Amino acid sequence: MQSEHKEIITKERFLDLFEKNRALLTKNDTALLAGTREKAIATFARLGFPDTSLETWNLTSLEESFNRGYDYYLRPSEEVDVQKVFRCNIPHLDTAVIGQLNGWYVSKDVPLMELGNGIIMGSLAEARKKYPQLIEKYFGTVADDAGDGFTALNTAFAQDGVFIYVPDNVKSPKPVQLINVIHHDENIFLQSRNLIVVGANAKLSLVHCDDSYNHQASFSNIVTEIHVGEHGVMDHYKLQNLNNNSTLISSVFFRLEDSASLESHYISLNGGLLRNNIRVRFNAPHGRANIYGLYLMDRKQHVDNQVFIDHAYPDCTSSETFKGILDENARAIFNGHVLVRRDAVKTDARQSNKNILLTDTARVNSKPFLEIYNDDVKCSHGSTTGQIDQESMFYLRQRGIGEETARMLLMFAFADEIVTRIDIPQLRQRIEDMVKKRLQGELQICEQCVLHCSTPEHPVEFQIDLSKI
Amino acid sequence: MLLQIKNLHAGINGKEILRGVDLEVNAGEVHAIMGPNGTGKSTLASVIAGREVFDVTAGEIFYKGKDLQKLSIEDRAREGIFLGFQYPVEIPGVSITNFMRTAVNEVRKFKGLDPLPAGEFLRLMEEKKQLVEITSNLTNRSVNEGFSGGEKKKNEIFQMAMLEPTLAILDETDSGLDIDALRIVANGVNKLRRPDNAFVVITHYQRLLDYIVPDFVHVLFEGKIVKSGGKELALELEEKGYDWIKKEQE
Repeated sequence: MQSEHKEIITKERFLDLFEKNRALLTKNDTALLAGTREKAIATFARLGFPDTSLETWNLTSLEESFNRGYDYYLRPSEEVDVQKVFRCNIPHLDTAVIGQLNGWYVSKDVPLMELGNGIIMGSLAEARKKYPQLIEKYFGTVADDAGDGFTALNTAFAQDGVFIYVPDNVKSPKPVQLINVIHHDENIFLQSRNLIVVGANAKLSLVHCDDSYNHQASFSNIVTEIHVGEHGVMDHYKLQNLNNNSTLISSVFFRLEDSASLESHYISLNGGLLRNNIRVRFNAPHGRANIYGLYLMDRKQHVDNQVFIDHAYPDCTSSETFKGILDENARAIFNGHVLVRRDAVKTDARQSNKNILLTDTARVNSKPFLEIYNDDVKCSHGSTTGQIDQESMFYLRQRGIGEETARMLLMFAFADEIVTRIDIPQLRQRIEDMVKKRLQGELQICEQCVLHCSTPEHPVEFQIDLSKI
Repeated sequence: MLLQIKNLHAGINGKEILRGVDLEVNAGEVHAIMGPNGTGKSTLASVIAGREVFDVTAGEIFYKGKDLQKLSIEDRAREGIFLGFQYPVEIPGVSITNFMRTAVNEVRKFKGLDPLPAGEFLRLMEEKKQLVEITSNLTNRSVNEGFSGGEKKKNEIFQMAMLEPTLAILDETDSGLDIDALRIVANGVNKLRRPDNAFVVITHYQRLLDYIVPDFVHVLFEGKIVKSGGKELALELEEKGYDWIKKEQE
């Protein structure tokens, strides 16, 4: 086992680590992938980590997170002793569950499942060995790391993560649930890399959960590439319930081919510092992308949603609908950037960000931004930030509803516009419950992962076999 | 006596609107409060309901012998005070069903009763909907969201029927209603009249009082009740206009 003990995060540390471990990192690379990696480390050497001098980072400082010091593992840690759970107890939710622990794929039976219908699902590390051509075709082509030090670093160090391949014309019969659990006795830095390919006329529902299992600090730099082929359909759910000492840099890159359709839902319930980079590229005409976000933050939590939608081709439709409720000293940033390129006629792009601040000390910075190089488009953006509506409060209380209940009803109604978009009924029900609990201050991280996999009172056995790591 | 208001002074942001209102309402009675715009009719309704933006600077309000000013908005409602709003607020995301179930059960809890079982609650909804001729799909919508003026007012009376208040104050319920909607709303109110409850109907026009016949009519002018009488006072006002009151005051 190789570990870098409790060091603070610096550019030099990672450049040095790369040099010392080049052989290990590139062991299963094709020539092309090795080249991608070299290019990425060069990009990282040039850019380093972002700081607040950059426009897209000016409100999110990572200094405190960096200085905590973290262990970093280039191989799966063997120290992890997990006796507890990982069982998802959403009633009647039938999903194929795949898990990651501290950024490494956790295999139940085999590291890579190949289903009868041609779907491949499992460890990216294993897929790199078994399907080098397939990986080569997509890996690093969706994620654009040219101006992004974190993504470049992830590409340079990419080893494991999840790979899902849905061949052309195949509709995944049930949603795939990808659970990232962080559980370590020391502060841990982790980088996993996910690659999802949805073929032409194929369909996939992916429920992607980020959870922590204890209160130990962590820093995650996770990159996910998602390619959706012609007429492909992707339903994407990102659920975040991390502890208050966690820092998550999540970068998800979507590439949509002709007439591809994407629905993505970001539900952030808890976390120390959450940064969601959501980048959508329409790579052909007639695409459709709806991105929804809901964040419920309190204490000193910080959430930063950066959405970039690249309308590079005509006749594409996009929407961003983000809503947040902020309590105590929480801070939220919404930065929606829609780029309509010169040839992208008939673009329809909408952006909306609404926030409720429950205290004078909670803060929001909202910047919906349209960059348009074409006249024949329909674009709109809007942003509101306010308190709970006092007219509505009076109305509800006048009917005998107590002040606290009335406040809950209104907050939940505000959040429900996002929750109601969740297409899987059992999941929607669960998220509704979690949102209610969160608003009532009853949701405890560590009692569980976002899908309530377990509680300390009900220790259940780990459903996923850890013996192979 | 159900409601007793003595020398009530109230205002908003330091501006006095009610300047010494006296009013007594007994169970079984219907009172109409009339008057020109801006004389404090809606303020009076809001102050009885406990709206916090208004400050009571002097006077007393007793309801069932209790000092109303010591009760929160919700406790006044739970004690049986209902305000039919002039402009019912739209609340997206809160369904009428959920809203009413929460309200009915909070009132029941206050009275020491168990929550109404779901089946019974839905039957009650059906029954009360018919009272104001609400078509079935209305109840699955968000509270007042996208409702027409008439639908909003019918919805107010529907809520009143669900909550069965002891004292209902209807603030310009007739404004913005066509004659059919007005009749439906008035019929709803008349069916809810009982010897043990009372209504205070605030209106600008006499028209509503053809359908809801009051026992007493009061004229509120510049923050005071300047004239009281029987239902014939409303007809007199209709004939002579409010200028008559203004002249009398001068």
